[in-house]
Amino acid sequence: PASTPAPAQTPAQSLPGPALPGPFPGGRVVRLHPVILASIVDSYERRNEGAARVIGTLLGTVDKHSVEVTNCFSVPHNESEDEVAVDMEFAKNMYELHKKVSPNELILGWYATGHDITEHSVLIHEYYSREAPNPIHLTVDTSLQNGRMSIKAYVSTLMGVPGRTMGVMFTPLTVKYAYYDTERIGVDLIMKTCFSPNRVIGLSSDLQQVGGASARIQDALSTVLQYAEDVLSGKVSADNTVGRFLMSLVNQVPKIVPDDFETMLNSNI
Amino acid sequence: RQNAHAQRIFSAKKMASRKEGTGSAATSSSSTTGPAGKGKGKGGSGDSAVKQVQIDGLVVLKIIKHYQEEGQGTEVVQGVLLGLVVEDRLEITNCFPFPQHTEDDADFDEVQYQMEMMRSLRHVNIDHLHVGWYQSTYYGSFVTRALLDSQFSYQHAIEESVVLIYDPIKTAQGSLSLKAYRLTPKLMEVCKEKDFSPEALKKGNITFEHMFEEVPIVIKNSHLINVLMWELEKKSAVADKHELLSLASSNHLGKNLQLLMDRVDEMSQDIVKYNTYMRNTSKQQQQKHQYQQRRQQENMQRQSRGEPPLPEEDLSKLFKPPQPPARMDSLLIAGQINTYCQNIKEFTAQNLGKLFMAQALQEYNN
Repeated sequence: PASTPAPAQTPAQSLPGPALPGPFPGGRVVRLHPVILASIVDSYERRNEGAARVIGTLLGTVDKHSVEVTNCFSVPHNESEDEVAVDMEFAKNMYELHKKVSPNELILGWYATGHDITEHSVLIHEYYSREAPNPIHLTVDTSLQNGRMSIKAYVSTLMGVPGRTMGVMFTPLTVKYAYYDTERIGVDLIMKTCFSPNRVIGLSSDLQQVGGASARIQDALSTVLQYAEDVLSGKVSADNTVGRFLMSLVNQVPKIVPDDFETMLNSNI
Repeated sequence: RQNAHAQRIFSAKKMASRKEGTGSAATSSSSTTGPAGKGKGKGGSGDSAVKQVQIDGLVVLKIIKHYQEEGQGTEVVQGVLLGLVVEDRLEITNCFPFPQHTEDDADFDEVQYQMEMMRSLRHVNIDHLHVGWYQSTYYGSFVTRALLDSQFSYQHAIEESVVLIYDPIKTAQGSLSLKAYRLTPKLMEVCKEKDFSPEALKKGNITFEHMFEEVPIVIKNSHLINVLMWELEKKSAVADKHELLSLASSNHLGKNLQLLMDRVDEMSQDIVKYNTYMRNTSKQQQQKHQYQQRRQQENMQRQSRGEPPLPEEDLSKLFKPPQPPARMDSLLIAGQINTYCQNIKEFTAQNLGKLFMAQALQEYNN
């Protein structure tokens, strides 16, 4: 569905949807950091009695190619069948507080848990359009429909016949995940709780960590070996690109004359 | 500068605990409140009140992110930990960062920032109980007077608080480095007296090993977060960079040793100062003694001549005793040297393992 940006058209008074100032800034890619999702899940777990979902503000930075979401906070809101109320004062205050720590973060949009976009979402989206040009909307499916926690991002576009009442459509955006190196290491560690019975893990000691890392490489190597054997026995057809990777892998172990290596080893010790 | 920051955190926290005492209703039943609160193990018991620290995965991610975005070089980033106490376990469920101390922001009220933040977080049902603070560190140098003061004020008001030390450089090398420290009860006693003279420290029987105690950390995630982790793993398979297995280590080792040498230098200077003090005191004692003897002799002579004896003069006014140097600094330096040594030990253990592995690989190759 093509989104025609309509900057010249000031929306008519009978317009139900938000006024869009221009094309979506930063291309169509949204980059998320894992801390955002963990924070959203945590707010969902702490929601008030009777609330079906939680909403909150997304903060981050915009650049030419993508929009990077680096922070978020939840905003109290009330939703019933016919009406929705969002505490925008609270949202403004929290944003001011957050700005004191990271002055570069802008309001990018908002998030909601749940697997669908409801009519209330349109209204909330309108609230947020007043804060940010063309806000993005992120949904995190905590109700685990289809057995998956789907994470989707949208931006709203006007649709309909120009000059008449316009409707609003949410067009999906590509979601990518961005990790700092240290974040990745942190996530790797946290992920280990998936394997422990009471979801608790301790921090391992120095040599244990080296052992763990080597075990991971060992696993990777055995997968590669399995693949090589399959190709040799004809189960899987050979692929040239993979073959080239394998060649470079084997050649990466540097061939050093044994004596030189001994001296290097001893000097390092 | 760090000292001022620490003072501000303390005053902010004090206000928070005061407000907590008056304002909040019953929060989680097992949490402790401020000074008025009860608490098992309060007072001079030898046992520490916290045996384990349980951290939510979310907190770890937040701390990592905070340093990554706001910390540069040797600047430390700090923040507040929120959570609750369950029996002898301290659970940390959330945290928020503290803004960097900027000189051009003189009217920035840190107390107010903290109050506002905690109030707002309470609205969204996040635990708003202050249970400690976190700080990043540069190559493991965190045993400073400022840290001691801050942790003391925290622990004085809330018995179970800890300080989490996050080492970003070590983490970037392959494995998360997060440690929780508390002051030992002995050190708390000494700090309460505010008496850091040599005699007091000897009486308290404090050595650098008894200053901080490390509390074991476990990381816990809820089921839903586990689901999230699985999703992320499926969707975003980021290639493992295996930094942990890298052999390039001399830079890191070099920096560590450099810091260690600096500390040892400071230590020796301190020792020299102490020795001079001891020498001065003993010299002064001798002088006093001699003076007294001369006085006595003169008095005897005068008596034999029938003249009134000279009045006894206040010896302490004549001989002002030298100031004993504060011993707390040298204790801190010793503690810091200890931390450096432990870091180096861990580091070299890993490296030796890696070098031997490389050797085995080479032998197989040839």
